[in-house]
Amino acid sequence: MMTTTYRTCPRTGLQFDTQAESLMRFNAVAAVLSMVMGGLTAVLVALTRWPAIKLLPADQFYQVLTLHGVNMLLFWIIFFEIAVLYFCSSTLLRCRLATPRIAWLGFALMVIGAITTNVAIFQGGSTVMFTAYVPMMAQPHFYLGLILFAVGALLGCFIFLGTLVVAKNERTYEGSIPLVTFGALTACIIAIFTIASGAIILIPTFLWSVGYIKEIDAQMYRLVFWAMGHSSQQINVAAHVSVWYAVAAIAFGAKPLSEKVSRSAFLLYILFLQLASAHHLLADPGVSSEWKVLNTSYFMYFAVLASMIHGFTVPGAIEAAQREKGYTHGLFEWLRKAPWGNPVFSGTFISLVGFGFLGGISGVVLGAEQLNLLMHNTYYVPGHFHATVVIGTTLAFMALTYFLIPALFKRELILPGVAKFQPYIFGLSMYVMTLVMMGAGTLGVSRRHWDMAFAGAPFQYEWPGAAYLMMGIAGLAGVVAVVGGVLWVLLVVGSLLFGKKLEEGEFSARPTILRMPVASSLSAHGGAVSHHVPGTMVLGSVLLVAFVLYYFVNWKYLSEVWPMA
Amino acid sequence: MSEQIQESAGEEPERIPVMQQVLDNPFLLLFLGIVFPTVLYILWGVMEIASVPVAR
Repeated sequence: MMTTTYRTCPRTGLQFDTQAESLMRFNAVAAVLSMVMGGLTAVLVALTRWPAIKLLPADQFYQVLTLHGVNMLLFWIIFFEIAVLYFCSSTLLRCRLATPRIAWLGFALMVIGAITTNVAIFQGGSTVMFTAYVPMMAQPHFYLGLILFAVGALLGCFIFLGTLVVAKNERTYEGSIPLVTFGALTACIIAIFTIASGAIILIPTFLWSVGYIKEIDAQMYRLVFWAMGHSSQQINVAAHVSVWYAVAAIAFGAKPLSEKVSRSAFLLYILFLQLASAHHLLADPGVSSEWKVLNTSYFMYFAVLASMIHGFTVPGAIEAAQREKGYTHGLFEWLRKAPWGNPVFSGTFISLVGFGFLGGISGVVLGAEQLNLLMHNTYYVPGHFHATVVIGTTLAFMALTYFLIPALFKRELILPGVAKFQPYIFGLSMYVMTLVMMGAGTLGVSRRHWDMAFAGAPFQYEWPGAAYLMMGIAGLAGVVAVVGGVLWVLLVVGSLLFGKKLEEGEFSARPTILRMPVASSLSAHGGAVSHHVPGTMVLGSVLLVAFVLYYFVNWKYLSEVWPMA
Repeated sequence: MSEQIQESAGEEPERIPVMQQVLDNPFLLLFLGIVFPTVLYILWGVMEIASVPVAR
């Protein structure tokens, strides 16, 4: 049996089971490598969809798009999320990680799976993109790699649950698990549903690719695929909301406005968030309007309500903590005096605002069956999910990494002056990119066609000049965002290799009592002392007004597309 | 579900609200988080697709 040793970080007071710590580091490094692959391909995608450049020929474009989608939407995110799950269980609950050997097995499966799938795509016979819709068939090892990766991630989820049991049995915490851990539990539950759905569809598809099954029904594939494909992005939502709460606690010692309300919002995620998968099938003929409308326009709104609660309570918690420190002048002194030069905070706040205004509002519009027809399968869709997955999740994870470099990797961050600007370069360019992508999509530019002009087609479509302009801006902003991403990779890798080594801290055989502010804040219970958050009320009201206006503008637009007179 | 009573030495027994008991039970949450989308999204959707008549 492995012996458990704990390291107490002298900077944060967090206590790491050394096995869990190694696993977190390896998962985080694998995540960064996946991000490198996804980022390199991102620039090629951006330069090809930029109509004035059109860098790659069609076949290479779809191959690169497949690499980009799989590495960004699955490998980067899920490797990082497994690290987050281990952090939120073992570290925040100050207990040993359950079955570390199986955790290593899970990690090995994920690495083998990710490499296998990447190799399959590079070989050229698996240019099926992230969705891999049948009857397009990839090489068998494309599906096999995804299955291995999913099995490894599933082991990670069960180890997270096992660690909760260990912590409860060994009484390492009192009362309920901390809110951040509860958010990670939400992500874990959604991940288990996601991976189970993936198994239901990918295993038969793999058997089909090797010839054991004659046919996969295309409509059935789409239904079950999106239970995996969209829910995998809902894991992100639960995980990055947990990161928001964590950063509010780390940077400000903030407590949620109401822990009960925040937990209830996570419960709404557990029950309803995965149902948003249905919005991918809003134009499909095989399922009824009842199925579509109930899943999206009713149940999905419970999850939207939960996101609005989190989007209110995180800045509200920061405002309450800042006001308690004396920043009480006017509506926004608390925000003006926030540490905007600290990338942990700035990245998180840019993530939060972008997720709400761009990702959230566009998600609700896409989820309404009637409005969906305006932009179904157009460039609007990647605009929307880059606002949620890139601005919301990736930027939040980038921000958390700046905290983890000294705490987990025990290195000082190199080039802090560059780190200060990185979240702005990456986040704000993504704001521009997602906005114009959604604008071009609203004008009808297709979701992923290599050539928006359809050159050589017998019937030409005359796009308005604005569509070309927005596609050009999207390409430019995409390149700037890649520069922001490259800076982040350089800062992270450079810090790990060349950053000044920091004191490791004390090692002990047992966890000790909490004693440092960061560790205490992350594990604390209870709500903020004051609920007086007028600045957050104003920000929340602006979001609501923007949402209502945008929603009705789209109804107006729909009425013009389909004249009823 | 009856409300549990948590006792600690030298203190009044504290009632744990039902909702908190639900939220404190990760395996109940896991059950709910699997059953809801499985029934409402997958099973219902599969039944609808399976009931589409096959073209002749």
